[in-house]
Amino acid sequence: MTLIAHPVRRSAGSRRPRGARRRGGGVPVALLLPALLGLAFLTLPLIGLLARTPWSTLPQRLAEPGVLAALRLSLLTATLATLLCLLLGVPLAWLLARVEFPGRRLVRALVTVPLVLPPVVGGVALLLVFGRRGLIGGWLDQTFGITLPFTTTGVVFAEAFVAMPFLVIAVEGALRGADRRYEEAAATLGAGRWTTFTHVTVPLVGPGLAAGAVLCWARALGEFGATITFAGNFPGRTQTMPLAVYLALETDVEAAIVLSLILLVVSVVILAGLRDRWISAP
Amino acid sequence: MRLRTSIVAGAVALVLTGCGTPGDGTADGGVTGTVTVFAAASLTATFDRIGRDFEAAHPGSTVMFNFAGSSALATQITEGAPADVFASAAPRHLAAVATADGTPAVFVRNQLVIAVAAGNPEGVRSLSDLTRPGLKVALCAEQVPCGSAASRALDAAGVALTPVTLEADVRGALAKVRLGEVDAALVYRTDTRSTAPDVTAVEFPESAQAVNDYPIAVLADAPNPTAAHAFVAHVRSAQSRAVLAEAGFQAP
Amino acid sequence: MTGHLLDARLTVERGGFRLDVPLRVAAGEVVALLGPNGAGKTTALRALAGLQPLTAGHITVAGSDQDRPDRRTFVPAEHRSVGVVFQDYLLFPHLNALDNVAFGPRRHGANRRTARRSAVDWLARVGLGEHARQRPGQLSGGQAQRVALARALAVRPAVLLLDEPLAALDARTRLDTRAELHRHLAAHPGATVLVTHDPLDALVLADRLVIVEEGRVVQEGDAATVTARPRTDYVARLVGLNLHRGRAENNHIRVADGLLLTVPERLDGDAFVAFRPSAVALHDDQPAGSPPNTWPATVAGVQRHGDNLRVQLDGPVRVAADVPPATAATLRLVPGQRVWAAVGVTETRAYPAG
Repeated sequence: MTLIAHPVRRSAGSRRPRGARRRGGGVPVALLLPALLGLAFLTLPLIGLLARTPWSTLPQRLAEPGVLAALRLSLLTATLATLLCLLLGVPLAWLLARVEFPGRRLVRALVTVPLVLPPVVGGVALLLVFGRRGLIGGWLDQTFGITLPFTTTGVVFAEAFVAMPFLVIAVEGALRGADRRYEEAAATLGAGRWTTFTHVTVPLVGPGLAAGAVLCWARALGEFGATITFAGNFPGRTQTMPLAVYLALETDVEAAIVLSLILLVVSVVILAGLRDRWISAP
Repeated sequence: MRLRTSIVAGAVALVLTGCGTPGDGTADGGVTGTVTVFAAASLTATFDRIGRDFEAAHPGSTVMFNFAGSSALATQITEGAPADVFASAAPRHLAAVATADGTPAVFVRNQLVIAVAAGNPEGVRSLSDLTRPGLKVALCAEQVPCGSAASRALDAAGVALTPVTLEADVRGALAKVRLGEVDAALVYRTDTRSTAPDVTAVEFPESAQAVNDYPIAVLADAPNPTAAHAFVAHVRSAQSRAVLAEAGFQAP
Repeated sequence: MTGHLLDARLTVERGGFRLDVPLRVAAGEVVALLGPNGAGKTTALRALAGLQPLTAGHITVAGSDQDRPDRRTFVPAEHRSVGVVFQDYLLFPHLNALDNVAFGPRRHGANRRTARRSAVDWLARVGLGEHARQRPGQLSGGQAQRVALARALAVRPAVLLLDEPLAALDARTRLDTRAELHRHLAAHPGATVLVTHDPLDALVLADRLVIVEEGRVVQEGDAATVTARPRTDYVARLVGLNLHRGRAENNHIRVADGLLLTVPERLDGDAFVAFRPSAVALHDDQPAGSPPNTWPATVAGVQRHGDNLRVQLDGPVRVAADVPPATAATLRLVPGQRVWAAVGVTETRAYPAG
């Protein structure tokens, strides 16, 4: 996962030809060049944002109450959505990776639907199911008085819908890559299937699981289309940072840039903090 | 040991160059080439038809449209998108860009109505009906024209309303009416026309306080100014006005 | 306790392969399943562990059916009293040595403290008390093997199963670990089944050898019997003997057209005759006086073998002969060279093949 270059020990008496030394310690130009271009492609828009950031007014913009509310809501909903995805997505990934059943390929394709579907369409689809007139939403409303659209729970649903494929795909890949004989070893030691899953399988795919959860969280944090369509936009309740950014863009580009920057900084800090601790393989 | 690659990011400018075909109006005033029109999303249906009429009237000319939210269009224009004409849903956005010839002209107006489900099952008759408990209302966010107009109209009516959502655009608000997620939304009359069978429009008097002016102008950096001027003139012609009126727009 | 703690007939049919191995192991006994790769040893072990269901036959431990297709009985692995040492140990990489060993007791109902105390005890017994906190990745091969053994023993299994327990170790570590393993296997009160393709492991560790080839038992017995009286080429190669099968009549066994070997035993019918490669003498010419057990042969190949040279001979029968380098030089042994081979009558051992 980490690009590793072995340091070359240069001893005075080294008679290794220069070419060999370069091969041993360096990174081939054919890889380095596109890698740097790729990095530039990914980071230049960020630099563009930084270049246009109104630094002088930054503190007062940060202090605006709506900003903190949106940020808090974003972090809360993205985290809840990730937990929901873990709760449902990990067993789903396990099913896809470990159980032979008819139509498995179709199910696997269906899991990726939210990736392909434009998020706004995803939001409409969620309304058609969980909305007031929806297939399940109508029943929920009449039986329990539960409505999802225009609620924070609705935001979590929309984000989870869009982000879950990232988790499922990552975890399924990890499960397929994991050595199943460890599970057999656990069985011979008296572990049932559930205990084996929780005590052996999950720790074994830990890095993949963490990577999937991080992707899932990041996707949920940036979710816009499905959220605004399904949960609407109401400050403090359903207005997440991306929604606030989009609306700010209507009137005040600088405000939009500041909001985006806050979202970026917070997510980068959180992800960078997690990455080394959780994702590095044992 | 990890490879530490320190990236020194210099002053790298990513220049996005548009690729509109610059038209070349001929010396005798003949209109040819491509005229690129940035127009508010609410004009989509009418401008498509007006554009076809224009092409028919000026053989050899092509009209290219870019429909989007007015503020997004304004941002695109200030960031250098090659546009000839900008038709905005609010004067504010046109004021943000450089135009060729002084004061932009208001060519139509749009007015708010209350959009309700077909047949008006909740019996909404006025703005104050929208405050009934249990009635879910969608408004546009203040930052977009339909939201500021709604806010002005509600102020004029002295109605304090708590919507369930502040939509980012009219279509979002309308979609929620059509899907039955809200009982009513304040949207433009033209928008209810285009979704006619699913949505019923309820007129209300305070909408007069919240009329939206649509200005149009040739842009300062228009690649094809001759055709641009011809297009603006065409939009303001009687023929086009009839098209716009049919869609629910009012004459200025 | 009547007879055997483990009583099994392991029948597994899969694809074109059929395993059919009867196996009985008494309490305290160590039985090695010895055979070449692909013989079905690991399948047999997996069936005993409950990781591979039988298609026929039975597995009974202490009188209780564990797997019996005809009675639709199948006890899954987690409910069997087995301990398995896997070939590459399969220590859980996310747990340290202590928690690896405590895993089994914990699953068998011990609380965390009891399980850990038991694990500490087992690690100490295999001499790894100091390494309890280390992850498998930080252990050497020999240490990992001992942790795997401790983990398998910690559940106090009725049946201990070991799959090539020493195969992953380098030669020196293997020597030490083998001696150590022998001590633990001898102390294990339950039945032990050891799967290996290494005859030395089998001879050192096991009380009894069961030789499996192509899914079937070809020979069974204690180390002395098997080494003295191999019954297949595979076993003969393992124990380093020339083995030939033929038709016996009194003191003679016809092992090939034109080759009648004289043996000390009097036998009738199908019989084996075995002799050591070092018992084969080579001569330039036919030995004078036409002694028994001489035949013309052609050198097919020459290899170093310890201090001697091992000469592969073609002829009426294929035979290996070990000769001192001096002899080899005198005879100018190169492939294609024609020689005479001779085996003293008393150097041969014959036994019935039936």
